[in-house]
Amino acid sequence: MNKHTPDLKAEKIEGGVHASVRHDSAHKHVAGTAVYIDDITEPAGTLHAGLGLSTVAHGLLKSVDLSAVRAAPGVVDVLTYEDIPGVNDISPSGMHDDPVLAEGKVQFHGQPIFCVIAETREEARRAARLAKIEYEELPANIDIWDLDQTTHPQVFPPLTLQRGDAAAALESAPRRVKGRMRLGGQDHFYLEGQVSLAVPGEDDEVLVHCSTQGPSETQHMIAHALGVPSNAVAVEVRRMGGGFGGKETQANQCAALAAIAAKKLNRAVKVRLDRDEDMVATGKRHDFAIDYDVGFDDEGRILGIDYTFALRAGFSADLSGPVGDRALFHCDNAYFYPHVHAKSALLHTNTVSNTAFRGFGGPQGMVGAERVIDEVAFAVGKDPLEIRKLNFYDPMGVDGTRNVTPYHQKVEDCIIQRIVAELEESADYAGRRKAIQEFNANSRFIKRGLALTPVKFGISFTKTESNQAGALVHVYTDGSVHMNHGGTEMGQGLHLKVAQVVAEEFQIDLDRVKITATTTAKVPNTSPTAASSGADLNGMAAQDAARQIKDRLIDFAAEKYQIPRDQVVFLPNRVRIGNAEIAFNDLVKQAYMARIQLSAAGFYKTPKIHWDRSKGRGHAFYYYAYGAACSEVSVDTLTGEYVVERTDILHDTGRSLNKIIDIGQVEGGFIQGMGWLTTEELWWDGKGRLRTHAPSTYKIPLASDRPKIFNVNLTDWSEAYEPTVHRSKAVGEPPLPLGLAVLHALSDAVAAVADHTICPQLDAPATPECVLMAIERLKARKKG
Amino acid sequence: MAAPKIRSELRFILNGQDVSLRDVAPDHTLLDWLRLSKLLKGTKEGCAEGDCGACTVLVGRLTPSGGLVYEGVNACIRFMGSLDGCHVVTVEHVAARDGKLHPVQQAMVDYHGSQCGFCTPGFVMSLYALWMQTPNPTDQQIETALQGNLCRCTGYEPILRAARAISSYGGTEKDPLLVERDAMIARLKALKDGARVEIGEGKSRFVVPASLDDFAAVLEASTTATVVAGSTDVGLWVTKHMRDISPVVFIAGLDELKSISVAGDTVTIGAGVTYTEALKTLANHVPALGPLIERIGGQQVRNMGTIGGNIANGSPIGDTPPALIALDATLTLRKGSERRTIRLEDYFIAYGKQDRQPGEFVEAVHVPAPAAGEKFAVYKVTKRRDEDITASLGAFRLSLSADGTVTGITIAYGGMAATPKRAFAVEKALLGQKWTEATVEVAMEKYAEDYTPLTDMRATAEYRALVAKNLLLRFYTETTSGAATAQVSRYEAA
Ligand SMILES: Cc1cc2nc3c(=O)[nH]c(=O)nc-3n(C[C@@H](O)[C@@H](O)[C@H](O)COP(=O)(O)OP(=O)(O)OC[C@H]3O[C@@H](n4cnc5c(N)ncnc54)[C@H](O)[C@@H]3O)c2cc1C
Ligand code: FES
Ligand code: FES
Repeated sequence: MNKHTPDLKAEKIEGGVHASVRHDSAHKHVAGTAVYIDDITEPAGTLHAGLGLSTVAHGLLKSVDLSAVRAAPGVVDVLTYEDIPGVNDISPSGMHDDPVLAEGKVQFHGQPIFCVIAETREEARRAARLAKIEYEELPANIDIWDLDQTTHPQVFPPLTLQRGDAAAALESAPRRVKGRMRLGGQDHFYLEGQVSLAVPGEDDEVLVHCSTQGPSETQHMIAHALGVPSNAVAVEVRRMGGGFGGKETQANQCAALAAIAAKKLNRAVKVRLDRDEDMVATGKRHDFAIDYDVGFDDEGRILGIDYTFALRAGFSADLSGPVGDRALFHCDNAYFYPHVHAKSALLHTNTVSNTAFRGFGGPQGMVGAERVIDEVAFAVGKDPLEIRKLNFYDPMGVDGTRNVTPYHQKVEDCIIQRIVAELEESADYAGRRKAIQEFNANSRFIKRGLALTPVKFGISFTKTESNQAGALVHVYTDGSVHMNHGGTEMGQGLHLKVAQVVAEEFQIDLDRVKITATTTAKVPNTSPTAASSGADLNGMAAQDAARQIKDRLIDFAAEKYQIPRDQVVFLPNRVRIGNAEIAFNDLVKQAYMARIQLSAAGFYKTPKIHWDRSKGRGHAFYYYAYGAACSEVSVDTLTGEYVVERTDILHDTGRSLNKIIDIGQVEGGFIQGMGWLTTEELWWDGKGRLRTHAPSTYKIPLASDRPKIFNVNLTDWSEAYEPTVHRSKAVGEPPLPLGLAVLHALSDAVAAVADHTICPQLDAPATPECVLMAIERLKARKKG
Repeated sequence: MAAPKIRSELRFILNGQDVSLRDVAPDHTLLDWLRLSKLLKGTKEGCAEGDCGACTVLVGRLTPSGGLVYEGVNACIRFMGSLDGCHVVTVEHVAARDGKLHPVQQAMVDYHGSQCGFCTPGFVMSLYALWMQTPNPTDQQIETALQGNLCRCTGYEPILRAARAISSYGGTEKDPLLVERDAMIARLKALKDGARVEIGEGKSRFVVPASLDDFAAVLEASTTATVVAGSTDVGLWVTKHMRDISPVVFIAGLDELKSISVAGDTVTIGAGVTYTEALKTLANHVPALGPLIERIGGQQVRNMGTIGGNIANGSPIGDTPPALIALDATLTLRKGSERRTIRLEDYFIAYGKQDRQPGEFVEAVHVPAPAAGEKFAVYKVTKRRDEDITASLGAFRLSLSADGTVTGITIAYGGMAATPKRAFAVEKALLGQKWTEATVEVAMEKYAEDYTPLTDMRATAEYRALVAKNLLLRFYTETTSGAATAQVSRYEAA
């Protein structure tokens, strides 16, 4: 990318902030030259792994006979827990409940018990099948629906949020509805599965190329499992073929195994899971059972509410605690609850340990909130959109009383009213509502449905220490810039956005800024790229680094040319010093000759936020991102099949750093959210085996599932209320729950079979089967 | 028959280069060969089971009429042995030699069709194949061409935008594969030496027969051999179940099995005819089969998979058998030089058991069109509209007398029993009755006598039973008051 000669007369740099620049790797993606972990040229003698997985959901390992595995062609070694030199644990929660390899017992069907290392991957996979393992099977809990939440073991202490007196408000409310919702989980289905390549080094050193969202965490886990200090381990990733939260903690197991084998055998080792193994052996979005009890007035204004969000944690804590927390943080979605009591239940099950997934529990909280809105709307006989509007938080600038969240944070930046009003208008909600009524009145089997749902999403890690970031910027003597930061690239355009920030700071064209692989050796102790925070945190850290260098350049120029500092101004690709302009590259060269340091480490920590989990109080989020979606569907009431006719979205990314990238996040996030709530069904059989462990049975959306008409816009008027990086807002997670519009449009269509008199209580995923069964329920209730 | 010449070397062309291989296992996949042996890493593995399209490459092959077609296929389930005489084109071969991106690639870049980029080479290849044949496709054509490509990041919208714009970046007349077509045809013809390819021995052996007769002879002599046509079923036996399939007989290249002929009201489809090849003729002949075929697998699967294989495989959830049974299709089986023709319905004996002798193979299926005035429909119900396996599929053929009495009714279902199966009790309740909703309602209660479906990850027994019944009501409604009222559809009716 260095072919370009900088334009020294330009009025604006190419590719600064707010410019719609295409993804930095796009030309490599299309040519097949973008390098993913499995594409890295393998060191000579690289060995490959195959995993031996548990075939029962819960049991003691009576005997593990690996002799046939060891004797199989090509096998070099077989690792069991006994081969782990350090600690057999990669628990991210400090609960010590996540073994690298099972020890003494297995806790879910698909848990890795041993790891075969062979000359080829195929040999390793074949050999893995030859193990003779005897289990003493123990009773297993698979589903959470019928578990007793008060007595069942939890993997992590649950959270309660409380404001006001929900019990009293419920007692005295004129109207009250109670209910329960089943909400399914979701497999990440990143197109690139879990993969790590470990290359042994001198002494205790190892370099691990790993498809991970959290290189620092992966590094620490590897060090822990190897029993070496963190400084012996380097973890590097240039890009992932998708992450979505599934490579936050779930990358660590492959990484640890690769590193252990590489150090033991002193050869490079690659661990790459087969798709089916990946789906069976790694965690997913949590499924929930949501209990609600809501009191409201005759208008539909919510007065008091009580929620329990029970989730299927799986066999270990992993991130289930914070995921449950975030579900509670979003159980209000965009609505003010005068009195609220909400608690999580993090139920232990003998299933794979569920984990982070885009939204991190937040979307599940919002699904609960929107179900409640539906219930209230049907109870008072109004359009759900009216109930939504009635219950919104006070808008920004209004000094009202309806602006405090269940966790006692004041909502200061609420713009949902304006977003919903604009979308209602541009999508012609009222007109289409009428047209649909007419259509349904004249259509016996096909029913249409329409819904407009809002999103308010809190931005920040709730773990306060995670809200920090580092970056490293070097300026070389030719004026080209090397940029590195702690964030990871999984397709979201993070590296591009951070590079835009650096280019803007130096006022140089974007192609002068080299994007480089994330590595723990350059920027240490970084947070995983998660919680939508990538650009917010790393953009600020990189800006800080660039500013330090810029400051030194200004000092240097001011001194050298004997002018005040404020007369050194960075213009596009050049610097004005007093009355003269010199090329940026020349200034850099001069600075180097004068022995000015042209490298800096930047740092950022989010201000203002704090959170006291024990009290359920705090300023948990730096700010909120908003959006709304309006979807229309057609449902076949004979089969439950449906088509999404149209979706309109208006989404807020503040002053977008890069609109085209942000629109991509919104489009993709919506479709992913829609998939979660419609066709993506995880199905375990009675033995605790996940039977939807392949794309043949687990159905993520295809091109032909897109809304037939799909209009996506960003609010061009909003900007972050807080001084975020160039007043932009995070965009990774907030669009996902826009998919709720489809679930609610389906619900609306189902309701048509009983003239909108009965709340369909449509669960998710609303597969055609789920839709048809809801239709049958409503038809039966209408009759009897 | 004189024994053909034997060659113990596989020959094909990879991108620009001639390849000849002597050391190839029968279960060696094209994807592994590209990535591990040729270090061509642009083609990705996303699933190794034909469902995600990340591994899409083009395979160019000579057609029986002497042309050359390029089709997107799933390299992950395509065996090397089936490539003899083909031209394999990978993503590395798409940009110009000077690095200038191809119109397909440039459009994907400019319209932001990639995010993580892992699916992208596969999309590029699928769109390339589409554009070569249909430079200005409709959205429906684009979506159909992309049924076999999963993208988890973009939500597809930008990919559609790119696909619509490709032709504005350049016309097909400048496309290298099309410009060099004649030269490539000559090169591929030169590879066709009429020999039987035999490679390996013992537990690792495969044969590519020289002709249909040679196939018959080979299979008769080696009755335990695995016949592989499109490998869209067999591929997964290897990549997922690690089954030993040797010895293998690859039949995808046999021109004689690729014949499609129409005689009177009957179409005869050779066992080697792929879904893609059969589509046009079948859809002309029996219009309802067109949309059905376009919902089998994705484009790559349809480019490889055969109707013969769909039948031979004997699966209770194969989509063509119930439809063809309802049409009263027949099947020709052949062993050595012996042929027999049976009703397709009789081929399916029980789960995993078909009326096929060791050494016998499926040669052709004969599909009669519905008689004039007969109504025929087939409905496939799945969780996801496209590239999904049937939960329940119903096929109906009806004839009515002038006064509206049911004079003939054949109903067959997939997904409802251990084999594709007729609904005899339902048929009985309809036959001789007036074709009215009241009759249909009575018949709907008879499904319980015909089917006791299972619960699995695709659907519960209750759902299957309910949908099966309702499909009859849909059929009734469509035959009496027009199609658009009883189905949701993504596309306007053709
Ligand atoms: C991603 C994906 C999606 C799919 N979706 C669908 C779908 O929607 N609906 C559906 O019905 N199917 C679907 N399938 C399966 C379908 O593609 C196959 O059933 C296909 O039709 C089999 O044909 P083939 O040529 O690929 O057979 P192969 O895989 O080559 O062979 C299948 C079986 O038939 C035998 N066989 C093949 N040809 C002959 C012959 N001439 N004589 C005797 N035996 C023979 C083989 O020995 C083997 O047992 C899908 C498959 C994949 C991978
Ligand atoms: S790798 Fe998924 S289709 Fe081949
Ligand atoms: S761009 Fe990531 S899967 Fe398509």
